[in-house]
Amino acid sequence: MQDSRVDSVDILQVSNPRFRSDRPDRRHRMLSAMKYASPTTVAEAVDLLDSEPDARVYAGATDLIPQIRAGRPEPAVMVDLKRIERLCAVSSRGSTYTVGAATPTADICAHDGLAAAFPGLVEASGLIGSDQIQSRSSWGGNLANASPAADTPPSLIVNDARAVIAGPGGERTVAAAEVATGPGITSLGGGEFIVEFELDEPPARTADAYLRLIPRTEMDIAVVGAAARVTLDGDGKVSAAAIALAAVAPTVVRVPGAEAALIGNEPAGDALAAVEAAASAATNPIDDKRGTVAYRRQVAGVLARRAVSIAAERARERGGQS
Amino acid sequence: MSRVHVTCTINGDPAEFLCDGGQTLLDALRDEVGLTGAKEGCGTGDCGACSVVMDGRLLCSCLVLAPEAEGATVSTVEGMASGDDLHPLQQCFLEGAALQCGVCTPGFLVAAKALLDRNPHPTETEVRFGLAGNLCRCTGYDKIVRSVLAAAQRLSG
Repeated sequence: MQDSRVDSVDILQVSNPRFRSDRPDRRHRMLSAMKYASPTTVAEAVDLLDSEPDARVYAGATDLIPQIRAGRPEPAVMVDLKRIERLCAVSSRGSTYTVGAATPTADICAHDGLAAAFPGLVEASGLIGSDQIQSRSSWGGNLANASPAADTPPSLIVNDARAVIAGPGGERTVAAAEVATGPGITSLGGGEFIVEFELDEPPARTADAYLRLIPRTEMDIAVVGAAARVTLDGDGKVSAAAIALAAVAPTVVRVPGAEAALIGNEPAGDALAAVEAAASAATNPIDDKRGTVAYRRQVAGVLARRAVSIAAERARERGGQS
Repeated sequence: MSRVHVTCTINGDPAEFLCDGGQTLLDALRDEVGLTGAKEGCGTGDCGACSVVMDGRLLCSCLVLAPEAEGATVSTVEGMASGDDLHPLQQCFLEGAALQCGVCTPGFLVAAKALLDRNPHPTETEVRFGLAGNLCRCTGYDKIVRSVLAAAQRLSG
């Protein structure tokens, strides 16, 4: 029974040019010597990673398993972080939210406090994949996978999220912006993993927004993503702004030129035109099947402008409430 | 190599099986437990043919390692009917001809049930977004969507 199935796959590989002949038999790729571990505390996970250099942590594995099936080397041990309570907990103390790095984005989207404080970040979280993927995808995985097109990192960055990282040297806290350093590359050291994110409650008259362009309405990867966060003063002028773009450079790019153009001005007219121009200019995109360089550049400007407008409108609606 | 012993609840019944650490829940359900309703379409979480519900969450069982099911409650398409009585979704799929080759059907049924459990009166748009993680290459989706809406009505009537 098993043998006949393998044969049929082999025949398919020969007769269908879409299957490369060197492509491993996917059915058996996950059935080798990989071990599974599910530590229940951060310390236990750190020890495990310390004793087994070829171990990989995962939260939802929605990126990792497809990568292994596509030929990425298998780790010796798959370390499931979801049994560690801290990794899946959302809490708030004082004016700081703490969100476990493996918390499913479905839970984040259902969290009223987060949705009210960070509407753009929560929208970005909800854009990842299908309902099935939402059950497993997480901020920690999205950031540590370090895809330039990931949806949540720009919003984490404009909200000044901090990542708490555990490793053999103890715990350290860094800006979320410092985690990804290139496509698939992070600043995480050997044996380190993201435990949780910290986010400060936004000040008064502050809100964020995230917009993404994909060629269809669901289930695709960003051609361009744009996150904006805007703080307005009592006169409706911008007193603080943060703009970050996805999928237009090897890492998320901030757009200081656009931020500077907004400060002291109403988020309209010339200021928005300057945002658009600065965002386009800040990009360094690639040509691929999802979009050309010129297209991505132009769309980055448009999305940045629109994200600023939406964030500003939300900030106005918030009025004086803190 | 030592295998992992998993104890869980599948479709309301206590179950245990042995699996490899790197084996997916989909492969364990099919090859170790003998529940072949969930299908492998893509193996990468794109098609939803392997959809099951684990601890109340709809997910692609091809992206779950089988040892994760330890202590969990798993529901598959095999648990939808009560004896010979089909679930209203199954009945509506039959009456609405919402399947052709049938490979995607178990995943659509499980995902549609999860959708209706959460939102008993979805709009057509909500159904289409709710089932965006399930691909069908035969029907063009329209009959599936209409059958889910019909089942929603039947379940609330």
